[in-house]
Parts: sequence; C-alpha cells; structure tokens
Amino acid sequence: MLADFAQFTASGLTRGAIYALVGMGFAIIYNASNIINFAQGEFVMLGGMLTAFLFTTTGLLPIWLAVPVAIAAATIAGVAFYRLAIEPAQRAGLATLIIITIGGSVLLRGIVEVTLGKREFVFPAFSGESNVQVLGASIASQSLWVLGTLAIVAALLWWFFEKTLFGKAMRATAQSPLAAQLVGIETRHVLLVSFALAAALGALGGVLTTPITLTRYDIGIMLGLKGFAATMLGGLGNPFGALAGGLVLGLVEAFTGGYVSSGYQDAIAFLLILTVLMVRPGGLFGRVAMDRV
Amino acid sequence: MATGTTLSAAISLGAPLGRLAILSAILIVLPLSFPNPFFFDVAVKVGLSAIVCVGLNLLSGYAGQISLGHAGFFALGAYGTALLSIKLGVHGLIAAPVIATVVGLLAHVIARPILKLKGHYLAMATLGLGIIISIVLNREIWLTGGPDGLSVPAMRLGEFKLRAIEFWYWIVAAFLIVAVWLAENLVNSPAGRSLRALHSSEIAAATAGVDVPRAKALVFAFSAVLASIAGAFFVFAERFITPADAGFLRSVEFLTMIVFGGLGSTYGALVGAAILTALPQLVAAFAEYKHVAIGIVLIATMIFMPRGIVPTLADLFGRRVGR
Amino acid sequence: MTSSIVRLRLEPMIAPQPSHRLLEIRNLSRAFGGVKAVNDVSFVVTAGRIHALIGPNGAGKTTLFNLVAGVVRPSAGQVLLDERDVTDLPTAERAQAGLQRTFQNLQTFSELTALESVMVGAHLRSEPSFLKALFNTPAIRQANAEARDRAEMLLQRVGLDTFRDSRSDAMPYGALKRLDIARALAAEPKLLLMDEPAAGLNPAETATMRDLIADIALQGVTVLLVEHDMKLVMSIAETIVVLDQGQKLAEGTPDEIRRSPEVIRAYLGGGIRRRRS
Ligand SMILES: Nc1ncnc2c1ncn2[C@@H]1O[C@H](COP(=O)(O)OP(=O)(O)O)[C@@H](O)[C@H]1O
Ligand SMILES: [Mg+2]
Repeated sequence: MLADFAQFTASGLTRGAIYALVGMGFAIIYNASNIINFAQGEFVMLGGMLTAFLFTTTGLLPIWLAVPVAIAAATIAGVAFYRLAIEPAQRAGLATLIIITIGGSVLLRGIVEVTLGKREFVFPAFSGESNVQVLGASIASQSLWVLGTLAIVAALLWWFFEKTLFGKAMRATAQSPLAAQLVGIETRHVLLVSFALAAALGALGGVLTTPITLTRYDIGIMLGLKGFAATMLGGLGNPFGALAGGLVLGLVEAFTGGYVSSGYQDAIAFLLILTVLMVRPGGLFGRVAMDRV
Repeated sequence: MATGTTLSAAISLGAPLGRLAILSAILIVLPLSFPNPFFFDVAVKVGLSAIVCVGLNLLSGYAGQISLGHAGFFALGAYGTALLSIKLGVHGLIAAPVIATVVGLLAHVIARPILKLKGHYLAMATLGLGIIISIVLNREIWLTGGPDGLSVPAMRLGEFKLRAIEFWYWIVAAFLIVAVWLAENLVNSPAGRSLRALHSSEIAAATAGVDVPRAKALVFAFSAVLASIAGAFFVFAERFITPADAGFLRSVEFLTMIVFGGLGSTYGALVGAAILTALPQLVAAFAEYKHVAIGIVLIATMIFMPRGIVPTLADLFGRRVGR
Repeated sequence: MTSSIVRLRLEPMIAPQPSHRLLEIRNLSRAFGGVKAVNDVSFVVTAGRIHALIGPNGAGKTTLFNLVAGVVRPSAGQVLLDERDVTDLPTAERAQAGLQRTFQNLQTFSELTALESVMVGAHLRSEPSFLKALFNTPAIRQANAEARDRAEMLLQRVGLDTFRDSRSDAMPYGALKRLDIARALAAEPKLLLMDEPAAGLNPAETATMRDLIADIALQGVTVLLVEHDMKLVMSIAETIVVLDQGQKLAEGTPDEIRRSPEVIRAYLGGGIRRRRS
C-alpha cells in the first residue's frame, strides 16, 4: 500500500517536473509579452532529440558535451523563432498569435521529422539504470536527476527574478513596458531573453526525461498542452505558480493512472483544469483582472 | 489570381443575396472542372470544413470567443450519427438531426460556465473540452472502434445505396449555401449586432441591454450544431471516421482556416477552408514536407496578412475602385 | 466659480411628478483590496433634473456609477431604480428598467460602424430572438429598419451623421464621446449616468457638450453627471452631491455647495483638477 503510494508519488513528481519546466517557460514568455507560446513543447522534443542524435545516433559528442550543445541549439531555435515569427507580428490579435505559435510548433516538428525521422530516440540514464529504494518503492536514479535539477533551476530562477534588476524588469514588462524602460531595459531584449530562457528550460526538461520516457518528433504537442494547463492551474503569468501547477498535475495524473484507470491519464489533466477554471477563473493561485471602465 | 480578384470584387460590392447567388453559381459550375471522383472527394471535405468554419467564425470571428475545441463537436456529430444508425438502426436522415439537437443542447449547457472565461483561459477550456472528447473516442474501443476508427455502411434510401461521392457533393454544397445564408442573416440582425458588440466590450454591450451570457451561449450552441451536422455528412459521404478527426490539431485547423480567410468574414471562412483543406490534398507530392510547409504558410500569412486573405484583398480592391 | 455664472432654468418637456425618486442609493459600500472606494453613501436622484456628482480623482464617482449600473457588486447597501430594488439585477436588466450610462474610459464597439453601434442601443426594445434572426423573419427586418431609423436620427442629433459608416478607429476622441451618448439615448433611458463627458474636450467641444446635456434633460431624460469642469457643472446641475474618499461630503444646490466649508477644504486640499486626460 505504502509502497504503491510512494511509487506513484515519485513517478508523479518526475512527470510533473517536466510539466513544471514547460509551464515555467509559458509563464516567463507570458509575463514578458502576454503571448501563450504553443510551440513551448517542441523545445522539450528538441532537447531530447538533439542530445540523442549527437550522442547515441552519431556518437559525435560525449554525453556531457552533447547535453549543453543540444540545449544551446534549442535555445537558438527559440530565439530564431522569436525574431522571425513573433517580433514581426507583435501587435496582432490573440487568435493570430495563437496561430503563429502553433505554426512555429508545426514547423519545428516538421523540420525534425524530415531531418531526424519519425522513429523513437533515447540515450542512457546519467547514472546508469540503477534504482533507489524509498519506502518500499524503487525509484529510478534518473528521477532524482530530474527532481534535483528542477530544484536547482527553481532556485536560480527565483534569484534571477527577485534579485537581479533585469529579472525584476522581466516580470512586469507585459503589464508596464514603461517601467522596464525607466530602469533602462529595452522591451525587445526582455522578450528575446524570455524566449531564450523558456526554450532552454524546455530543452533541459527534454534532456532529463528522455532516458525515462524516450522521445519522438511529435511528443511536443501533448507536452505543450499539459505545460499550458500547468501554467493555467498555477495562475497565468507566475513561473512559480506554474512550477506548483506542473507538480500537482503530474501527481494527479500518476495517482489517477495508478488507482483509477491508466487509459484516462491524459484526460485527467484537462478535466482538472476545466474544473479549476469553472470554480476559480484565474487558476489556483491567480486572479483575473477586472476591466476598468 | 484572376479569380481571386473577381471573387473579392463580388464580395466587397455585392449585396448579401448577390454574394449568395455567386457562391451558388461557383458551386454549380465547379464540378465541370473535376476530372475524377477524387476531386469530388476533396470538394466534399472542403465543403464540410467550410460549414464548420462558418459556424466557428460566428463564435470566434464575430463574437470574439476563441474556440480550440470545435473538432470535438464535429466528432460528436460524426460518431453520434454513425453509432445511432449502426447500433440502433436509426436511419441517418433521422440520426443526424437528432444528434445535432443533442450536441446543440449540450453545447448550450456547457457554454454558460465556459464562456465566462476570456482570452487564453477560454482557449484553454475549449481546448481541454476537445481533447477530452477525443481521448474518450480513442479509449472506448468497444463503442467507437478506438484509434482504428469506425466504418459505416452506405446510407440507404429505399432501394438505393447512396455511395456516390458526386451525390454527396450536391448535398454538402446545398447545405453550405444554407449555412452561409443563416450566418449572414444572423450577422445583420439585432442578435448578430449584439454579438459583434460584445466582442470589443462586454460591459458596454450589457449596458446597452444585451444579455451577454445568453448571446454567447446561443452562438456557441449554433456553431456546435453546424459542426455536428458537418460531422454527420462526413460520415455519410466518407463512411469512415477516426478519433484524429476530433483531435486538437483538427480544432486548430478550423481556427486557422477562419483566421487565414479573415476573422469576422463569412466568405473569408469559406476561402480559408477551401485553401487549407484542398492544398494539402492536392499537393500530395509534398507529403514528406507537409508539416514544414504548413508551418511556414501559417506563420507567413499571419505576419503579412494578419487580418486574413479576404479582408485584405477586399480592401485592396475597394481602394482601387474608390479612386 | 464666481457668482456671475448664469444659471439656466430647464423646464422638462414631460413634467415629472414632483420628487419622484428615480434613483435611490442606500448605504452603498464597495472596497477594492484595502481601498474603500465607496463608503456608506446614500442619496436620491429625483426625476426630471440634471444632477451632478463631483469630487477629486479617486473619490469613487466611477465606482458609484459601476455599482448603480451593476458592473460592480456592492459589499453593502442597495440601489433602487424607480422605487424597485435592483441591487441584484444584472446590467442588462437594469437597462431594461430604463438605466443607461456613458463611460469615462471609452467603451467602443470597434467591430461596428457608428450607425451599427447606435443600433445596438436601439435593440433594447426590439426582437432579440436568435432563431428568428437566422431566418431573417419579417419581425427581424422590421426591428432592423426601426433601429436604423432611430440610430440615424440620433447620429444627426449628436452631430455625427458624417461618421455614419465609420469605424471607431477612424473617429476622433470627441466624436467617440458623442457616439457613446447616442448609443445610450437610443435605448430611451429614464436615467442617464454620464461619466466625465467633457473630459479631454476643447472649450468649443465642451460648450457643444453642455448644450447637448441640457437638451437631453429637456427631452425628459434625468441626467446624473460626473464632471470636473466646475463651470459646466455649476451652470446646468440643479443639485450636486460631493464625494470625497468614498464618502458623501455634501449635497445641495450649486450655491450651497459653493459655500460649503467642507467642500472648499476638500477642493483646496485635495485639489480637484479641472481636467484629466
Ligand atoms: N476595479 C478596481 N479595482 C481596484 N481598485 C479600483 C477599481 N475601481 C476603482 N478602484 C479604486 O477605487 C478608488 C475610486 O476610484 P474611482 O471610482 O475610479 O474614482 P473617480 O471616478 O472618482 O476618480 C480609487 O482608489 C481606485 O483606484
Ligand atoms: Mg472616474
């Protein structure tokens, strides 16, 4: 009983960590631009696919070098996406921007599909296939890598957003571009950095989880949507809300899969977010602003 | 591009009934250029997308309420009609309207809580709704056949088996004209004006006396009914349906079609549906690069024609005439 | 604010019953976070006059309008319209009961032309049926025609006939303010709340606006006016309520208000700005 519970908790947190990383990316971009970047899940795919390509498939690089190179490449893709697709359309309406980011998602997926193919990719866990026994559950060492990295990333982000001037400016650019400009920070740079940061977070998530879940050119769609749900759950525009939302989502999925029905694991995320939005239209930790007339 | 200009001329100058006549004429003449049944099949798919888009455009284009879940209603219409006739032996001609009514009522009920949400929250909620529907269709294999899809026998009318795609072309074309007529009527009515008003300010619309939740719920339900009917026709004409037709990407395609054609323009919805449905079918040679091409087309159109094809062209032409 | 200002006596065309309580506000309160935007305010608006609500920025005037119109819910107190408690009615039903308002932060229907925007106001009393609209029944055609006639007449009345087919993004600010008024009048209100109609207007436009407000009242619509232009307020309002920091500071005729020591203190201390952009 306890062992099951511990097992589901561990797999829920691992699963939730990836939603959290994707969700934080959503929140960071939303803060800077009021844009929901539906291409966010593709960077998870890119991180995993590129590492696998560089390390396993071609053996070009050792794993400790393949990982940063893959993350850097995904980050560049994120920046390029911003410069080529988002920046020229800044003033477009909600539906137009949604479609542009979905277009970006389809494009990234298509490029990988054509260049790397449709098969599954994987590379070995960082510390081998060892397991750790906790409360009768056996937890893959890679899960510890995932959770440990998430904790470090969260701490670094907290420091960045709370303690650095640039980070503070980034949090509020969407609400008041003027405030950012007053402290000498250009909106354009904030946007660029937020797209880069979000892409890097996603790619990192892909690198960490690929040894556990495998990866394929089309895994980004569902991950993107789940990350979006995590962000909404936590309250749009708050990276740490997204972190919490992601972990909650992962846990709920794991427990539903474990105790109820594994077939409806994917549906539960959306059922949860629908229910939450009905009760609290601003998410668990957020509020919807009222129109002032 | 010559036809494009003529079309936009007709659109910018014609009275609503004039436009409807032109649309009818195009739909009647078009088959003359079809070399084989494959073209009829593509045209039927275009027509069905167009019917969904005409409804979705009322909701998202005119009333400004984004939906990323309308493929769900299409699928409910398709599976509902198919299952009613397969499992219970109800004739398709009865099953389709019954299911459309049920879908409309269902949509009306969920519309009130869902359409309280705005912007991205609404996008999330409709997206979730569509995905839940598609997951159920995937999982309940005993009923739906699961990911492999569901085959449906041809509709029978007395002695006749209605399998010819040419026949369904005419049915779909006729219904499309009806849908456009209904939509254009609505847009130019008090109810339609209220919808366009609440698009930009719900507070001002309510102040003017518009029952905003009611108006939104009705247009949501109507768009769901159109999607459901299109789904039913899809099952009649194609005799096969899979859960992919209900998926998130399908919903995105519908939204893309109306934005591509021009939000808030019924004929834009038609043009968007026609181009984005027909192109991938006709350039099958590109199959491998399909996603790359679609991605580029989406991004480029949204950047260079953010208002969509039809309003942009109509403006260009209108200005030339004005001079 | 000198005594040389000429007061206009406005005789309404439809003589209302004396002291008919068109709007009654009872102990109305609403806070946002820690800010008591409206704090235990009560007053009565009698039919057939121009009344003004004045006070420094942030006094709670717009919030009070939002409470009366049903855009914001009160935390305590009641709103009575025509002696009927409407505190829990949604905005649209208050419109049915004869209430209209204009907005300080302009709310334009950017998807509609000027004519269509005013038609939306006129639809308050026309056929709302969605089903009939789909089939363009004779009732719908008649509603359209009537609304169009009324809208055209009103556009002319506020001097916007040249903008008939323009969208809001092609109209100057002053025109949009008058469009807002035409939209409100199209619903044939008993009570019209106007939130800073002269703000952002130049002196000539302000004079036109003043005439328009006087004219509206002449037609039998009771007006409750929020305005920072004291010259305008003093010249057309019959009674004035002064709000400061959410509370009612004073109430009376323009002369009484001008002499009230509390008001003078609030004005000099809080500094009512004549205009806000
Ligand atoms: N929707 C709102 N959310 C938060 N605070 C508000 C809101 N509306 C008004 N306030 C606050 O209430 C106070 C009164 O504002 P308002 O009614 O707009 O004043 P006025 O119209 O007299 O200038 C102000 O402090 C304002 O910031
Ligand atoms: Mg105000």
